[in-house]
Amino acid sequence: MNLARKLACVVVLGVCTVSLAANWLAPAGYARQFREAPSAPPSRQHLLGTDDVGRDRFARVLYGTRISLLLAPAAALVSTVLAALVGGLAGYLGGIWLRLARGFTDLFLSLPWLFLLITVRALLPLNVSPLVSVLITFLILGLLGWAASARVLSTSADALRNSDFVLQARASGLHGPRLFLVHVLPNLKPVLYAQFWISIPVFILSEANLGILGLGVAEPLPSWGSLLRELEGLISFREEPWRLVPLLLLIVVLTSFQTLLSSEEVPA
Amino acid sequence: MLWKMLPWKIARHLGAIAALVLLGGLLSATLVRLAPGFDADERELDPSLSAESVRALRQSRANEHNILSFYAGYLRGAIHGDLGTSHALGQPVQSLLRERWPVTVRVAGIGLLLAWLLASTLAFTACLWRSPAYEILGVSLSGAFLCIPAAVLALLSVILNAPGYLAIALIVFPKIYRYSRNLLAKVYTLPHITAARARGLGEARILACHVLPVAGPQMIALAGITVSIALGASIPVEALCGLPGIGQLAWQAALSRDLPLLVNLTVLVTLVTLLANSGADVMIYMLGPHDA
Repeated sequence: MNLARKLACVVVLGVCTVSLAANWLAPAGYARQFREAPSAPPSRQHLLGTDDVGRDRFARVLYGTRISLLLAPAAALVSTVLAALVGGLAGYLGGIWLRLARGFTDLFLSLPWLFLLITVRALLPLNVSPLVSVLITFLILGLLGWAASARVLSTSADALRNSDFVLQARASGLHGPRLFLVHVLPNLKPVLYAQFWISIPVFILSEANLGILGLGVAEPLPSWGSLLRELEGLISFREEPWRLVPLLLLIVVLTSFQTLLSSEEVPA
Repeated sequence: MLWKMLPWKIARHLGAIAALVLLGGLLSATLVRLAPGFDADERELDPSLSAESVRALRQSRANEHNILSFYAGYLRGAIHGDLGTSHALGQPVQSLLRERWPVTVRVAGIGLLLAWLLASTLAFTACLWRSPAYEILGVSLSGAFLCIPAAVLALLSVILNAPGYLAIALIVFPKIYRYSRNLLAKVYTLPHITAARARGLGEARILACHVLPVAGPQMIALAGITVSIALGASIPVEALCGLPGIGQLAWQAALSRDLPLLVNLTVLVTLVTLLANSGADVMIYMLGPHDA
């Protein structure tokens, strides 16, 4: 692991740890309103000031980071499992199943991601409790984000189906689910891990986009999307620079994820 | 050979597009039909309506209960140019699309052009100069834009009074740059490029005669994919920059749960995306090697 990757790992782990300690670091919580101090600048009591309705911005950033950083991997897990089921099984079975799965993934991939997201989000009720809105948002991401991974997995499973060791296992009398679970699925693990890690930053960005457009996590629950929505009222960067903190944090975390995933791209 | 096979290739693509659009439309219609609140009509809450009027309202939606007859009705209307009426805006969907489409074409088109100019210039110069500092600059710049949500770039363009197409360009740029830089770097390591360099060929000639013919087909395929990315980016950009295009319309339709309008928009955008990808595929076929 090179220095950049080590640094990125420390950043991601550090941000995760701090966000998990939100209850201790910001005991007032994300929803408590300090009505005597709306839109207050940073102070010892409110490290990042307060928002328009007097809620502590530091607490909201911590809780929002926790929600986004915990639920994006959960959505990535859902999408990876779906991709393994659709792509992995189709590649393993081959023939008509593979062609059907590829046709279906092509149909999914031909829809622009944001169009698909907002269409499916609009099909579900918008006036729901904050907790349900979080679940709906991340579940949609997990249930719709499988297509690209399934495409990759179907190709890998198709190659494995015709590999020597699978042919030998077949010749030894191993068939059906046992052959898939014992010989094919363990060999798909590296691709599955890669797809899982690639999906996390994609889902964090998608949630942020949905949140800014008002189709993500409902108030008062914070997430990176709803925190970034505050930028809408910003007139200039010099006016209230502390409002940019959620954006900077998002950029730092996503850059770290990118470094962890692709630091070898940069030539030595 | 090329001209004999080309019509078949185009026909096959058009067939696949028609099948995918029909299937996508059926999927969308099914989702719309099954969406919570589909059968509700606010007019039924009007206390001035008699029981017969309410029954007549329900009767008018009776053919929408069966998904297949609902979709068949939609297709029949679409063939005759009737795409239904927007619930939220109270206008025919067709006239809304006619009004809004040119704005999206202009904004996404200019944004796409700028993104390609910026990304390909950076990628080509990085490969020609082979300077690690320049390479790191390009990777960092594209990496930074990859980490900013499209909606934030749109908000920043509003704050900085920048045009909407610039936001689209910056959303699409990192994807083009990353892919083309990796592709060109790979092509430049091929043995025939090293041989051409050893024979003293100039960099411009190597690029035009040896690199582009190899990288060209994949760049054209990427061009097809970027149309889809630009159309997706048009939603936050048009919504937040106040540009009255298809993206803003989709956002308004999503917020007001105007499902018929949203389905039409999704089908339209899918059609454009598939046409762009198929166009790229046909172009690759035309430029590729063929038997005499």
